[in-house]
Amino acid sequence: MSAQQTVKFYQTGTFTVGNRLLAPEERSVQANMQRTNSINSGHRACQGCGEALGARYAIDAAMNATNRQLIAANATGCLEVFSTPYPETSWQIPWIHSLFGNTAAVGTGIAAAIKVKRQKGELKEDVRVVAQGGDGGTTDIGFGCLSGMFERNDDVLYICYDNGGYMNTGVQRSSATPPAARTATTMPVGPEPGNPFGQGKFVPAIAMAHEIPYVATATVADLRDLEAKVTKAMGMRGARYIHILVPCPLGWGTASHDTIRMARLAKETGIFPVFEAEYGEIKSALAIRRQLPVEEYLRPQKRYAHLFGKQPAVATIARIQAIADKNIRKYGLLAAQGQ
Amino acid sequence: MDKPFAITLNPGSSLANHTGSWRTARPVYLDRLPPCNNQCPAGEDIQGWLFHAESGDYEAAWRHLTRDNPFAAIMGRVCYHTCESACNRGKIDEAVGINSVERFLGDEAIKRGWKFAAPAMETGKKVLIVGAGPSGMSAAYHLRRLGHAVTVMDAGPFMGGMMRFGIPKYRLPREALDAEMQRIVDMGVSVKLNSKVDNILEQMKAGSFDAAFLAVGAHIGKRAMIPSGDAAKIVDAISVLRSMEGEDKPMLGRRVVVYGGGNTAVDVARTVKRMGAEPIIVYRRTRDKAPAHDFEIEEALQEGVMIKWLSTIKQAGDHQITVEKMQLDDKGFPQPTGEFETLEADSVVLALGQDVDLGLLNGVPGLEVTKDGVVKVGQDLMTGHPGIFAGGDMVPAERNVTVAVGHGKKAARHIDAWLRGASYAPPPKPEVAQFEKLNPWYYMDAPKTVRPMLDIIRRQSTFDEVQGGLDEGNALFEARRCLSCGNCFECDNCYGVCPDNAVIKLGPGKRFQFNYDYCKGCGVCVAECPCGAIKMVAEEI
Amino acid sequence: MLKQCEGSHAVAEAVALCRPEVICAYPISPQTHIVEGIGEMVKDGSLKDCEFINVESEFAAMSVAIGSSAAGARTYTATASQGLLYMVEAVYNASGLGLPIVMTVANRAIGAPINIWNDHSDSLSQRDCGWIQLFAETNQEALDLHIQAFKLAEEVSLPVMVCMDGFILTHAYERVDMPTQEQVDAYLPPYEPRQVLDTAEPVSIGAMVGPEAFMEVRYLAHARQMQALERIPQLAAEFKSVFGREAGGLVRPYCCEDAETIVIAMGSVLGTLKDTVDQLRDAGQKIGVLGITSFRPFPLVAVAAALKNCKRFVVLEKSLAVGIGGIVATNVRMAVTGMGLKGYTVIAGLGGRAITVKSLGGMLEKAHADALELVTFLDLDWKAVNKQLELEKTKRRSGPVAEALLRHAGIVGARNY
Repeated sequence: MSAQQTVKFYQTGTFTVGNRLLAPEERSVQANMQRTNSINSGHRACQGCGEALGARYAIDAAMNATNRQLIAANATGCLEVFSTPYPETSWQIPWIHSLFGNTAAVGTGIAAAIKVKRQKGELKEDVRVVAQGGDGGTTDIGFGCLSGMFERNDDVLYICYDNGGYMNTGVQRSSATPPAARTATTMPVGPEPGNPFGQGKFVPAIAMAHEIPYVATATVADLRDLEAKVTKAMGMRGARYIHILVPCPLGWGTASHDTIRMARLAKETGIFPVFEAEYGEIKSALAIRRQLPVEEYLRPQKRYAHLFGKQPAVATIARIQAIADKNIRKYGLLAAQGQ
Repeated sequence: MDKPFAITLNPGSSLANHTGSWRTARPVYLDRLPPCNNQCPAGEDIQGWLFHAESGDYEAAWRHLTRDNPFAAIMGRVCYHTCESACNRGKIDEAVGINSVERFLGDEAIKRGWKFAAPAMETGKKVLIVGAGPSGMSAAYHLRRLGHAVTVMDAGPFMGGMMRFGIPKYRLPREALDAEMQRIVDMGVSVKLNSKVDNILEQMKAGSFDAAFLAVGAHIGKRAMIPSGDAAKIVDAISVLRSMEGEDKPMLGRRVVVYGGGNTAVDVARTVKRMGAEPIIVYRRTRDKAPAHDFEIEEALQEGVMIKWLSTIKQAGDHQITVEKMQLDDKGFPQPTGEFETLEADSVVLALGQDVDLGLLNGVPGLEVTKDGVVKVGQDLMTGHPGIFAGGDMVPAERNVTVAVGHGKKAARHIDAWLRGASYAPPPKPEVAQFEKLNPWYYMDAPKTVRPMLDIIRRQSTFDEVQGGLDEGNALFEARRCLSCGNCFECDNCYGVCPDNAVIKLGPGKRFQFNYDYCKGCGVCVAECPCGAIKMVAEEI
Repeated sequence: MLKQCEGSHAVAEAVALCRPEVICAYPISPQTHIVEGIGEMVKDGSLKDCEFINVESEFAAMSVAIGSSAAGARTYTATASQGLLYMVEAVYNASGLGLPIVMTVANRAIGAPINIWNDHSDSLSQRDCGWIQLFAETNQEALDLHIQAFKLAEEVSLPVMVCMDGFILTHAYERVDMPTQEQVDAYLPPYEPRQVLDTAEPVSIGAMVGPEAFMEVRYLAHARQMQALERIPQLAAEFKSVFGREAGGLVRPYCCEDAETIVIAMGSVLGTLKDTVDQLRDAGQKIGVLGITSFRPFPLVAVAAALKNCKRFVVLEKSLAVGIGGIVATNVRMAVTGMGLKGYTVIAGLGGRAITVKSLGGMLEKAHADALELVTFLDLDWKAVNKQLELEKTKRRSGPVAEALLRHAGIVGARNY
């Protein structure tokens, strides 16, 4: 066996999108010159949009995993609006937008239709279904349909692109907006500026409570992890849920070039735990590689600017750090064996 | 499909919307200069050859390396690799072991019998090179590649110059040296040994040479005025090292005092140690002020070489010497203390620096010599006499093998241009890829591979090579620690991270291209390029 | 095959004969028996190649239906009342996307106050949602209209509501003639979608449309309903040729040729009306009945044609356009514009209030004599209403209206009513 085969060190390993040193079958979907580009150029997402990126990552991976036999249902929101303004669509796959709050159910309907068509022999290919939406369309208005889809274990992969707010309508608070964050409906004024602290609504955990076959979180900063999770999900049947953190330069008040960096910081600080679960049990967590205090994540974001005024909001920052610390404990983010 | 109006759209039709018009700044690809390359005195494209080594294509790596320096095996042993001090990876964990990979490639080339191709075309021009050391043979190699007829004349019996007569075998095994010299001869370079050039102009005329490159090494040991008795045995370091190459080994006795703090002093001490003597180095200043590389001092100490710091020899007698203790003044200069000590010494070896024999230049019109005893040259390494160039130890510069090899390449380029009646202008250096331009997140964690060292007993008693090489696995690992600073290594990050699919992947080896029709100028590609090979440029609006 | 069965069961069987591929069910009275029936057929294997999905809300029911229909499956669901309102956003979406879903609406009142009994407020609230609305007079017609509905929906790419009176039809046991599978297959071809989510030919469905094309999209929805207006009578004729009976069509005139007064209505009340009119005709009053089967598209021409010889018309409707009067009446008036007819609106049977032959007879006699008020609330308890209005005038905190009226009627719970 030659050294090329035995040396398991590849310069950038799987941190980069591609790696010429890896065998072709070990390379990412995004590195492929023939990737689907499920959501094509010409869409109207903002510069540096994390959701446009996350959607292409996820759907290209799903396309790859299903031999391009994929149908997507899409909730109302940024992703829908910027991808399909008449008379142009960026989608290169069969795609439907119905409403804001019903995407999981639309996915169920498509899956049911496919099941029947396959039974009848009218459909040869094993066509699979992805339903996708933003955090508003998932954790708030679409939650009923989502929970129903989970509970029935319908054969749909639901992907939530979480940017922590209603960005399409002008950055209002959603149930996924993190504590202390400024939005248009949680302004940084008064005695408790920004979004109030609460229990939060972490849908991955709620999805796990449904004991569906697969639940995972991911970020746009860990492409290979994201692709592996989508691929794994597409290899399973029943209700599956992937929750992807997609930074929003507009809503977060970050530089357009910092989109991936912000996602990376969310993971490295422990603010956003990256893990996967099967049938309600956590199976693995992506380890923090270079642990950082939450301040590193908060400071570049204008939505937290009020924490870093002349008198830094030390107590508030400490409360956010406590959330990260809890995540680290709960999901074993330092103990877990990552790369 | 007969599609319902407006609500149903054709796939991918958004290509009609050229979002590139949103852009206020555009990303552009560039090649920044890696700090290792910037640092290399021989002008090697280190990042370039490591790139090939990373994929296990060692021959391509070696051929890329030898475009600039034909002595990979030698360099991999004797180069002081300042490139590694400059290496950006040092800021992450430890610098890439560039030198060890270079040695692996050099050894691999010898093992596999890789040769240099003869030039495709002969120019008909003849160049005389004086000195078959690193500078001369480097120039010979480059000039030959350019199609010139090259004759090298050397006073000594072997090729290699100071590499042979100044560097002990345990650092540079002669097999490696011979192989890399012979490979140049095999290109069609004529080497005349035992042929001292006494008068350069006459020699050029006799041989009808169109140009000459003078690359005589500093073979003459400097003397110091040490009061000594008749019985005292005082020799110079270079003579000692040179005699190691011949039949008659030097007779220095048991207790050998080596006087000096440079690399040559350490080399001599370690050499005599291997011959069974008990060497002691006497140096007037402290360890941190010593010009010898610290790793060499460390290795010498490990091998049992004694070192007496802050000491000068006042007098050498029969089997003993007197030293005076020194102390450093405010400026770091050693000052006498008046305290004396006697040491046993069967011989004293002076390692106080070397001079070049400039005798062959007598009477050359226009040629000037500096007060330091070296030849004045211009930026193009040409002496005051047209057609006569000089390099290596003969010109004002740091004296080491790598610098000398670099001179050979540089001189070859200028000689080539001069022979064509032109002048060589080096391409402008791109900006250096500073660490701040990189995104180090993307590199795997990997500490440097430690090269094996010979066991101490054999180091004290044999001339076997002290530092071992890397095996293929280690070399590959080490090559892959390269960050490829400032130069695209096709990691596909830009292609992957663009939210607008505005990066076109051109295929293996062809890198990427921006599709400015759709690039919105977000700059994510720049931020996420691991190696800093993209930058943003403001759009003209 | 003739059989005696519950209306819901008849509809369930008819739907099953149409070979539906996806059915979504969420329970709400009085449509529950329909989906229960189909669910059992799917589960026991008698209805093959059909996915029966118990969803978590009506909104989900219609949303699942949207997904399955867009993926090319013949899709059916059923609802009523609050359920229809809960799914409204998806109802509009289904028609906007041109998806030929068939849905039974077991017509029921809308709260508050909550009321499970029949009137037409639910489906009529959706008159502008873009769906075709067909009203069944009998269980037989309900059964037959479902078979026609699938064919109509799929031909014109519009969803169809088949409206049948809750309890009055859904829970009534009547004799029906159940067609055979061969008959239905002969009438109803397999679904060939106009647009479908297909990996072989990908499209984006449901794009965002701005001012530049939105009006055109809306007009096209209208144009498709106009096409349906032409197709509905043809489909009824084709139906007759296969099944040998009348069903469907736009309007159903009864004794209208010589009528001076024509009473117009939808649904099961037409039976009572015809009985009443028979009695009045026996007494020499020239009164006719016009049943409207297709409320959307609204058959303006057919209504005008049916009324061309009369002097006056009465619209009897189980719905109230609060603040103006009638919903069906407003539509009828549009049909008779310029004909110089007298028109009366009678609101009747809201929330399941019984419509009796006696009340109808009295009302029609007054109408025939032009003695009826323009808007009449049939059998309204004026005493109770006036008492409450008086109370509200004098007392700020007058309390909840529904409970006050129940107290006035001397009853504590609706079940005693």
